[in-house]
Amino acid sequence: MNRLLQWLFGRLPIGWLQLTHSRTRFAAAIAGVAFANVLVFVQLGIMNSMATATLKPYEFFTADIMISASDANSLTEGGNVARQWLFQAQADPEVTLGTGIFVGNTSWPRPTKTLGLTSFGIDPTLPDFLSPVLKPKLATLQLSDSGILDMATRGLPPEEAAAIRPQTPASFEVTGKTLTLYDTFQGGGGFGGDGYLIMSDQTFLSLYPARRSAAPDHILLKVAPGADPETVSARLRELISDKSLRIRSYAQAKADDLKYQQTKRPTGIIFGFGVIIGVLVGIVIVYQVLSTDVADHLSEYATFKAMGYPQKFFLGIVFEEALILAVFGFVPGVIVGTGLLAGMKKATNLPLAMTWDMAVIVLIGTLVACSLSGAIATRRLAAADPADLF
Amino acid sequence: MSDDAPINVVGLNHWFGAGEARKQALFDIDLKVARGSLTVLMGPSGSGKTTVLTLMGCLRDLQDGSINLLGHELMGAGTALNEALRRRLGFIFQAHNLHGSLTAMQNVQMGLQVHRLDDPKAEQEAARHALSLLGLSDRLDYLPANLSGGQKQRVAVARALVGNPDIVFADEPTAALDKESGLNVVAMLRKLGQKRGTTTVMVTHDNRILELADRIVTLEDGRIVSDRMVNPSV
Repeated sequence: MNRLLQWLFGRLPIGWLQLTHSRTRFAAAIAGVAFANVLVFVQLGIMNSMATATLKPYEFFTADIMISASDANSLTEGGNVARQWLFQAQADPEVTLGTGIFVGNTSWPRPTKTLGLTSFGIDPTLPDFLSPVLKPKLATLQLSDSGILDMATRGLPPEEAAAIRPQTPASFEVTGKTLTLYDTFQGGGGFGGDGYLIMSDQTFLSLYPARRSAAPDHILLKVAPGADPETVSARLRELISDKSLRIRSYAQAKADDLKYQQTKRPTGIIFGFGVIIGVLVGIVIVYQVLSTDVADHLSEYATFKAMGYPQKFFLGIVFEEALILAVFGFVPGVIVGTGLLAGMKKATNLPLAMTWDMAVIVLIGTLVACSLSGAIATRRLAAADPADLF
Repeated sequence: MSDDAPINVVGLNHWFGAGEARKQALFDIDLKVARGSLTVLMGPSGSGKTTVLTLMGCLRDLQDGSINLLGHELMGAGTALNEALRRRLGFIFQAHNLHGSLTAMQNVQMGLQVHRLDDPKAEQEAARHALSLLGLSDRLDYLPANLSGGQKQRVAVARALVGNPDIVFADEPTAALDKESGLNVVAMLRKLGQKRGTTTVMVTHDNRILELADRIVTLEDGRIVSDRMVNPSV
């Protein structure tokens, strides 16, 4: 390591030698940086999973434009949209197809826990709006009072989920009616519910009599091949007389939802702050280590100053230490972070995982934070006065 | 005394503190040091010896008077000039001030790396040679914590001399050494003066060294009270 660093820096690796001189302190410093890394990884992991979970239900459908109520910040929130706007939208020459989707929450009482399922009611006669994963299961949806269940539903044993087949369906009662689950699909737990349930719009309206077919939660539209959804959306905003409606491309709706979850919802804000706090903890720990190290070596630094070493030499030592701490702290941080996220995923069924981009971002962030700490710590170098040596 | 004196101090005054606490430490010091000479500064504590040494060594800013060091005026000298001049000096401190995380050889190498030779092998060879001259060839890889006080001081001497400085400033360099080692170090400095023209200015209370000095300057209360040329040939 000495030789590698000496070759790298073109001088004795004084920072490395200083840090490793006291093994206990070095280990504590690495543990501190690793701890800050783990904090950031967990918070980022949760934020990422929130993004994945937020976008997950959008994946069940394919559409070009989505019309929602003014207060519909996400796919599962907000008021209804009058179906008349669907018909009016279809008057646009580039809108080729449209449908309404219904969103609700269904409870499935289980022996140990009642599962909360975010439910979508769709028109099974319009397969173009279904994702490639759901399209093959269309026949099942056309059966009366039937549904297909998210096999990754939290709280549902995997073997039980796997057992749900047309030959061995599962049934439970919803508002006095029996809903039969004939099949499953790969969804994924979210923050709002334990899992997802897809059914036909007729089944949905049958289970929820208070809902009306003329007032779906969202309207999905398809545009003609080659047409730009943004341009058509802009045209529809002019065409449709209810100016309170949110008429956006499907991609824009997803982006808006994600932004809303991350910046407006308490969970997003809390986890965002968690990342900031993790970074701050890291900066403080590294600053503490480096400034203590500078203070402990003031007389040595003063000696080097007397020998004619320039200020940049000392800055080099401090930054060398900062980079060493960043790299050595990152390695255990990423290992522990990966383990923790995997454990949390197992416990919550949320899409939590260490990703390459997350690891790279945290490594870069660690290097920047450690350099920042180093830059602050270098202020103490001014106290190294060679005249005090005599 | 030749005109190419590496150190020429003229009308040097210096104060410490500010306001009412401001106290004058040096009064109108004039001192011209010849190349290759070994000059000893003597005097009681607080007489100003160390202040003179630090001013001549570019370790303090001048307040009044003039010091011409190696052909450069120190009054108003900037950081870059001070650093460049310091690289041509060797310092031996009373406290060895070795870097605790570096081995004896690495500490001595630091005396060379400041010149950015970019030749690690040559640096190591020179450091090994300097340490062997001081009887430490079997302590190259020792950390300072594992060396005796005298050994540490000899490493510090090697560090100061390995870069072939033009001037060596030494503050009580023999305080931690036994008689033989102390005389050995001073004899080495004297030999450097004769062979390479290295000038040495040394603060010491050690009377054993006086017989090796070329010149003995005594300060009292910030003034030169005696300036004896012991070896007029210098």
